[in-house]
Amino acid sequence: MLNELERQVQREVIALDVNGELTELLLPVHRTLLEVLREDLRLTGTKHGCELGECGTCTVLVDGEPQLSCLSLPVQLEGRAILTVEGLAAGAELHPLQVAFAEMGAAQCGYCTPGMLLAARALLERTPHPSPQEIREALAGNLCRCTGYVRIIEAVELAAAANPA
Amino acid sequence: MTRRLDVVGRSLPRVDAAAKLTGSAVYADDLAPPRTLHCKILRSPHPHARVRSVDVAAARRIPGVRAVITGHDLPIRFGILPVSQDERALEAEKVRYVGDPVAAVAATDEETAHAALDAIRVDYELLDPVLTIEEALREPAGEPIHDHSYTRSPANVHRLVAYEFGAVDAGFERADHVREDVFFFPGNTHLPMEQHSALATYAGGRLTLWSSTQVVHYVQRALARVLELPMHRVRIIGAVHGGGFGGKTDPFSHELVVAKLAMLTGRPVKCTLTREEVFYAHRGRHPVLMWVRTGVTRDGRITAMHFRSVLDGGAYGSYGAASVFYTGTLQTVTYAIPAYRFEGCRVFTNKAPCGPKRGHGTPQARFALELHLDKLADDLGLDRVELKRRNFVTPFSRAVNWLRVTSCGLEECTARVLEASGYHQRRRTPGRGMGFAVSAYMSGAGTAIYWNGMPHSEVQLKVDRGGVTAYCGAMDIGQGSDTVLATVVAEELGLQPGKVRLVTADTDLTPIDLGSYSSRVTFMAGNAALEAARRMRDLLVEAVAARMGVADIDREGIAVGGGRIGEFSFEAACELAEERFGALSTAGSYTPPRIGGPFKGSGVGPSPAYSFSACVVAADVDARTGIVAVRRIWIAHDVGRAINANLVLGQIEGSVYMGLGEALMEEQAYRRGRHRWPSMLDYKSPTFLDMPEIESFIVETVDPEGPYGAKEAGQGPLLPVIPAVNAAVHDALGIWIDETPITPEKVIRALAARERGEPARQGPRSFPAIPFPALIHVDPPDPGDLRVGAELDARA
Repeated sequence: MLNELERQVQREVIALDVNGELTELLLPVHRTLLEVLREDLRLTGTKHGCELGECGTCTVLVDGEPQLSCLSLPVQLEGRAILTVEGLAAGAELHPLQVAFAEMGAAQCGYCTPGMLLAARALLERTPHPSPQEIREALAGNLCRCTGYVRIIEAVELAAAANPA
Repeated sequence: MTRRLDVVGRSLPRVDAAAKLTGSAVYADDLAPPRTLHCKILRSPHPHARVRSVDVAAARRIPGVRAVITGHDLPIRFGILPVSQDERALEAEKVRYVGDPVAAVAATDEETAHAALDAIRVDYELLDPVLTIEEALREPAGEPIHDHSYTRSPANVHRLVAYEFGAVDAGFERADHVREDVFFFPGNTHLPMEQHSALATYAGGRLTLWSSTQVVHYVQRALARVLELPMHRVRIIGAVHGGGFGGKTDPFSHELVVAKLAMLTGRPVKCTLTREEVFYAHRGRHPVLMWVRTGVTRDGRITAMHFRSVLDGGAYGSYGAASVFYTGTLQTVTYAIPAYRFEGCRVFTNKAPCGPKRGHGTPQARFALELHLDKLADDLGLDRVELKRRNFVTPFSRAVNWLRVTSCGLEECTARVLEASGYHQRRRTPGRGMGFAVSAYMSGAGTAIYWNGMPHSEVQLKVDRGGVTAYCGAMDIGQGSDTVLATVVAEELGLQPGKVRLVTADTDLTPIDLGSYSSRVTFMAGNAALEAARRMRDLLVEAVAARMGVADIDREGIAVGGGRIGEFSFEAACELAEERFGALSTAGSYTPPRIGGPFKGSGVGPSPAYSFSACVVAADVDARTGIVAVRRIWIAHDVGRAINANLVLGQIEGSVYMGLGEALMEEQAYRRGRHRWPSMLDYKSPTFLDMPEIESFIVETVDPEGPYGAKEAGQGPLLPVIPAVNAAVHDALGIWIDETPITPEKVIRALAARERGEPARQGPRSFPAIPFPALIHVDPPDPGDLRVGAELDARA
């Protein structure tokens, strides 16, 4: 069996659109989006809890839809709009979800928070006034060990309340 | 003194909210200084084996590998407790669980580090593993897990304790009814979202370690010891923390390993555990088998209790020498037990080491105690709540095992959840039930891990340029301790919490705080911050008074608040004070009073104050599928005073969630020494879809010794949830599941047992014979004797 160092590694130049900024990178094709975001682009706001697609922590948005960055390959994402937590605020102005999370105390250790915010943003784009059950279902793939989820649901509801009816 | 509080008690946002919500908070694994080497640790695949040799020659030859180390490079033992220095950063002689570290590499990238691990050859001689409590209690046929000079008899027994407080036999004789029960609480794990991570640098003879730890102070002690460096040349910085729950309260192998590798290579070295490694790093909830016997009068008053526990400790000591006491100590803090006997035992097994998880040793015992009392009430035909209520402790009293209870909201908490849930008005429908339980928890351990007379927490304040900086060793692990510190300082200085800069958990910059464990930070660091802030306030007020020409005696009239001190803005007052006194700096510290009784072993359990909780759970149980659906949970928590109500509610809700996970699904289980499900998918924990509605009530009893009356909130509310779920299941279907978690399989089995005419229960049937030592007899105190410290010593 070849070990990881003896394996032939294919590399490609990839142009990634992250938070509206286009960056060209020379990447091994097997490198995950999570690794590229955190290690190549130093966007460490995206966290990881398992790197196996089980916990939802590394959720980012690709063309507005939640996607697990630990299971995504940048080679498949050229021309797609990737949004991370760093791109959520509009400049110095926080996104309504960020304001609501602060207001409700929906972040404790904060480690699952970037993924939660992005999954919630995708929900509110799709469903501006979700029911509590719709919030639960939309975020069910994101684990949190601190909050018991209560305040996260309330924060999403609070952010939704600001949406036009 | 009654003073209007400006910021204490309000639900202001956390001071670290912005950083955590924008992705700018820097957690340990986010650090990547230039030239950082990646570290990977080779771990034993065997539960018990002698290490004959470790051949690292091939690994060292791989290009990109900068260093490979084995147990010979780090031979000095360590452990969190002074009496349990039984771990090595890398084992050179013997491995004791799957996951025990054997060798480590530092390489230029992660893939090279992996390849280097693959190239290391370890020659193991396999030994018979000891995998259960029963096996550990036999005299081993083969080699014991630890050297017998460190253990008891039989040779895999770690600890044995036996106490008797008051006249227990006489108490049982006085009883109208006596009942015995056996319970089992299998282990489970913390599962923090953040994997443990540490990064070390070494330059100019000074070592710096950033780590996701709850206890920078104890990590500093362990690093200094193992690396043979003076403590002042070791700097530990707590990175922003991604969740602990007790799981990051030990010094860990990877912290020592990256430090050693940084010293050898002269480069930064980082190690982040994989999720699978986190399951093996563990230090989670001990599996505990319990036997309890209680005598009661006809009207339900307890006359005596005898509690036995045996803890499956896993491979190393960790906090276990304390954990064994915690399974037998806090029973007396909720119930006035006039005579109490406790016998405890901890054994070693070849599994991941157990340690403290939220509630440390007390959730298992609370589970057993609450269900046992429910069964006693059923025996007597009494209402379950009423039997418990009749035995509630009295506020400001001393328990039979000398624990001092001060403020106590047990009655009020109970009243709140009963009223809100309609517990006594519930309709009795098969498949629907309600359960009730209470609990108590410490606001910090009254005794330090290293016994000395120094304060447990210290805070320094600096005021300059119109701003305030607080320095404290406390570590915010998400519970909000930074916000609590800022709020206390802000309250005293008349500011908003956001105006207080914080420097925390950095051993070079901050005075000692023992860390974030045993729910100690609000009470202890809060009191230290309060003292430092009051001293600073006095300086500012004195300077303002002098300028205003106010006589000393009238200084009380100078208002502090709203960013003003008397006639002056805070900034102007700072300038006046600096003109008058020079550099403005104050300090505060907190040392808990000595509370423990006059006997050896009295150091575990005393706390300057206890929180109290009461909980009602409503659950539906499907007799066909065995699935338990918790519909709603009502919980009331006596926090003394909520310094930040939002944070307190967050701790209550998080505790309820974690307790619910333990009640229904979480279990750290093994097959032949290997974890059965070391992944977040297979280790079941509650998702958004599993959480019921939670109705929380904050009860404020304003403790006389807490900062503004505050007590703990982070652990106590977990405790009553687990037995309340079980009691609800019994209420629904008449079955007792005397072993967590309540899986559908156990429900179905209990129902099937009833069909066969057997007792409708699932759980252990017996408690093993354990050679407990002779009982240490302790005379109970006068229940009204609240003396502490020197006054208490004088009595004894």
